[in-house]
Amino acid sequence: MKAKVFVTFKEGVLDPQGKTIKNAIVSLGYEGVEDVRQGKYFEMTLDTLPKEKAENLIKEIAEKILANPIIEQFQYHIE
Amino acid sequence: MKFGVVVFPGSNCDHDTYYVLKEVYKLDVDYIWHKQTTLSSYDCIILPGGFSYGDYLRSGAIARFSPVMQAVINFAHQGRLVLGICNGFQVLMEAGLLPGAMLRNKTLKFICQDVHIRVEDKQTPFTTLCREGEVLRLPIAHKDGNYFADAKMMKELKKNHQIIFRYCTPEGTLTEEANLNGSLDYVAGICNRERNVLGLMPHPERYAESILGNEDGKRIFDSIITYLSKEK
Amino acid sequence: MKVPEVNLKTALEQGLTEDEYQRILELLGRVPTFTELGIFALMWSEHCSYKSSRALLKQFPTTGERVIQGPGENAGVVDIGDGLAVVFKIESHNHPSFIEPYQGAATGVGGILRDVFTMGARPIASLDSLRFGSFDHPKTRWLVEGVVAGIGDYGNCVGVPTVGGEIYFHPSYNGNILVNAFTLGIAPKNRIFLGRAKGVGNPVIYVGSKTGRDGIHGAGLLASAEFDETSEEKRPTVQVGDPFMEKLLLEACLELMQTGYLVGIQDMGAAGLSSSSFEMAGRGGAGIVMELSRVPCREPGMTPYELMLSESQERMLLIANKGAEEKVRRIFEKWDLEAVVIGEVTDDGMVTVLNDGNVAAKLPAKPLSISAPFYHRPMRKPGYLKDIAQFEPASVPIPSDMNQVLKSLLSSPNIASKEWVYRQYDYTVRDNTVLIPGSDAAVIRIKGTTKALGLTVDGNSRYCYLHPLRGAMLVAAEAARNLSCCGATPLALTDCLNFGNPEKPEIMWQFDQCIKGMSQACRVLGIPVVSGNVSFYNETFGSPIFPTPTVGMVGLIDDCRKHCDQWFKEEKDIILLLGDTRDELGGSEYLSVVHKLERGDPPALDLSLEKGVQETCREMIGRGMARSAHDCSEGGLAVALAECCFHPRRSFGASVELKSSSIREDALLFGESQSRILVSVPRQRMKQTERLLDKSSIPWAAIGSVGGEALRVVYGGEVLLDYPIRELHHLWSKALERLLFSKEDE
Repeated sequence: MKAKVFVTFKEGVLDPQGKTIKNAIVSLGYEGVEDVRQGKYFEMTLDTLPKEKAENLIKEIAEKILANPIIEQFQYHIE
Repeated sequence: MKFGVVVFPGSNCDHDTYYVLKEVYKLDVDYIWHKQTTLSSYDCIILPGGFSYGDYLRSGAIARFSPVMQAVINFAHQGRLVLGICNGFQVLMEAGLLPGAMLRNKTLKFICQDVHIRVEDKQTPFTTLCREGEVLRLPIAHKDGNYFADAKMMKELKKNHQIIFRYCTPEGTLTEEANLNGSLDYVAGICNRERNVLGLMPHPERYAESILGNEDGKRIFDSIITYLSKEK
Repeated sequence: MKVPEVNLKTALEQGLTEDEYQRILELLGRVPTFTELGIFALMWSEHCSYKSSRALLKQFPTTGERVIQGPGENAGVVDIGDGLAVVFKIESHNHPSFIEPYQGAATGVGGILRDVFTMGARPIASLDSLRFGSFDHPKTRWLVEGVVAGIGDYGNCVGVPTVGGEIYFHPSYNGNILVNAFTLGIAPKNRIFLGRAKGVGNPVIYVGSKTGRDGIHGAGLLASAEFDETSEEKRPTVQVGDPFMEKLLLEACLELMQTGYLVGIQDMGAAGLSSSSFEMAGRGGAGIVMELSRVPCREPGMTPYELMLSESQERMLLIANKGAEEKVRRIFEKWDLEAVVIGEVTDDGMVTVLNDGNVAAKLPAKPLSISAPFYHRPMRKPGYLKDIAQFEPASVPIPSDMNQVLKSLLSSPNIASKEWVYRQYDYTVRDNTVLIPGSDAAVIRIKGTTKALGLTVDGNSRYCYLHPLRGAMLVAAEAARNLSCCGATPLALTDCLNFGNPEKPEIMWQFDQCIKGMSQACRVLGIPVVSGNVSFYNETFGSPIFPTPTVGMVGLIDDCRKHCDQWFKEEKDIILLLGDTRDELGGSEYLSVVHKLERGDPPALDLSLEKGVQETCREMIGRGMARSAHDCSEGGLAVALAECCFHPRRSFGASVELKSSSIREDALLFGESQSRILVSVPRQRMKQTERLLDKSSIPWAAIGSVGGEALRVVYGGEVLLDYPIRELHHLWSKALERLLFSKEDE
């Protein structure tokens, strides 16, 4: 099974890269993009586990290493 | 008096730090491989600059799981001295020994340049010989040195006088231009509440000999040595 | 995967010529296998075999008292005393960097670092010579940002300081940029390792990254053909660099080299496993047998063809002493690296490649390495030279406002400060950088000795375009002058020869002329060529770059304290000009920036005068008379004076008075007469300095003094220049960033 984990900056933490990307989008003439937040995306291949066990595993890994809780938050999908 | 310089895979200022302690100060110093788990014979542990584990994921994020880090945490909890320089500072934050985190520099680019930092507090083993308000010229060389802490953390830091160095002009004024990486409240270096763990982004080991044009870095090493020799 | 049939058609598809295919058939007495054909195509490609250049490169002087290893190995080696040697080389990564600037430049740095540490030297400094298209070309900004970030991220992560370099913009590079990377390392002189396979039965060990499908046919194809509309599609063949892996490999190799287990070692650079095995066997006069199924792979199902041709980065092939396998493995394991025995040394002169025991290729080592075919390609003097030589200085109007001219030169991309670039490079790591980027040359001290090294990379392609022979002489002379300005005596050089398509006789003529010019300068100045690299096919849609030989030169300072930089340091110091100013405008940056002309002969060069000026300058520095020394190059005397005023931490003014002469004002200020050095001397040392100068045979003049708030130049009583120095400093500091990013600011 596969897990997809997305790590982004928390609300309120300045994301200088996201800001620069947004400026670039605007300067290319695109309208309607209000904000850009850049993040990291992880694809993990797991052994086949019960869904709940897999979720707990991913949560623990994300909290412990993939994201830095001081500045980052995460979301995940398990398929 | 014995120093230990930790070597993570990807550390690259380990040689420089070792050289300054060994050849400039003629002190007893060892490299400490990241798999080592006892540090009992040392008085001060230095986590050097570099790109531990390539700085992949986040600067310092993987190194903090190295076996040596549990020993460093215990060592710090015993009140002994731990200094983190640049990447070492990032590792100390990831390990929870110092508060806060580093964001990408406001320029989004790596910056290698001399900066000026103001000594905000001399009540630490790392700044005993400095004057408060003294300005040091030291080089920075990093991409992720834009210090961040949330409001609550920042309040604590100030209340406990944990901000030890701030970026400033050569005259000692805090300005945005002098704050090259965009750090919150100009933070260049902080210590823990107990004041025995210090992290800073500039590299004191790179300016510790007159042939390299500047010896301001010695102010920090001199302070540590003085503190340790009094302690003995 | 179905293996394609081997015939003339497949050979041509692989980039071989009909003649070469015939030669293969004769050599083997049979039709090669597909894997063998791929190996031939790669090893006989221009990039790997130097087939167009090998005969001509023999013209270089390559020997000298201090030379331990000249061209032909991974890098050159020069004795610097105290039991130490410096190991250095410059190498191009032009084509990959144009297609994918970040990875192209990064892997260029990775490659040159490996060339140096495979010889047993710890890399301690890098420099880069870069050429981009016109700064207002739509692609330039993307290329500059990518290349600079790529160089920075790789070198910074490995922890080797990038202490200097040069960067120029010119439309001839619009479709083909140049990225030339130089690295210097230091090693005990009695412990240099060579890329040679020796000792029958010794294990052949693969270390470093796993092999993937990246870069299959990368170097061979990319660097051995011109650019066209299909080049963009070649993007997947550009390799991805992993500087962290490189750092581990570096430490593990250096640790291994301190043991007695290692016999020979070679980087798997361009042409990967093929070049490393064939070259080591060829040079060692031995054979190698290896089993591909043991090669660590990143992807499943890789064919022998793919394994032999992959250009995955951060890999090494080494030969160890028999019986030391386990000890070698343990050293690499400490650094979290794999070390796998994949074969052994034989005595049959053949490289035998097995795949699960079946022979996938069995070829003689020498014809594919040290005795690969080479050509004497036809040469013809290009027609353009007749036209551009017609230059009448009288037809060029003399500008009325020289302040304005100085300002436009200081803010032009080739003269403006390059701080925006070098501040992205860690130039102080390793704790040796005595003189930071921004002066004529970088200076790094050698720990454990009193010595220091001066390092510079230089090129001037406009000079070489206008007059290839003299142009290349000027390049070598300027590099040596830059070293002399920091107090270093030139030891040796490495060259990177960037040219167009060698199948065109005009390009070959340029190439030959440049080699002749550089050789001549090297002979007179006593500087041997110890390593180098040739990059041909720098053309897009048939239009070649300007001929661009670049040199990396290394000089020695015996007493590190006696080094010098280019900046004025004290008010009232006397400014001296060593050398002679002539009425010369041809090929100057001034002519190009202000009058949009690239014509005329580049400045004349008198090599014995050059030698005298440099020796005198070094003596002044060595005896503590010179407080600063700076060479006059692009932008002439006026720009050189301004640069002396731009101390990184403050601006100094200067007031200069030049005697009236027949030289026109613009040539006086901005002409690029050679062999000139500006030196500032404390007043109290002037008497002593005069005695020294009068004893030398070189022309010199005291032309002014340091001080004031302006740069002021008076010529025969008339004020030519008078402008506030702080404003000039600011303009020059910020110009490059403004030119590259002005659109963003609006």
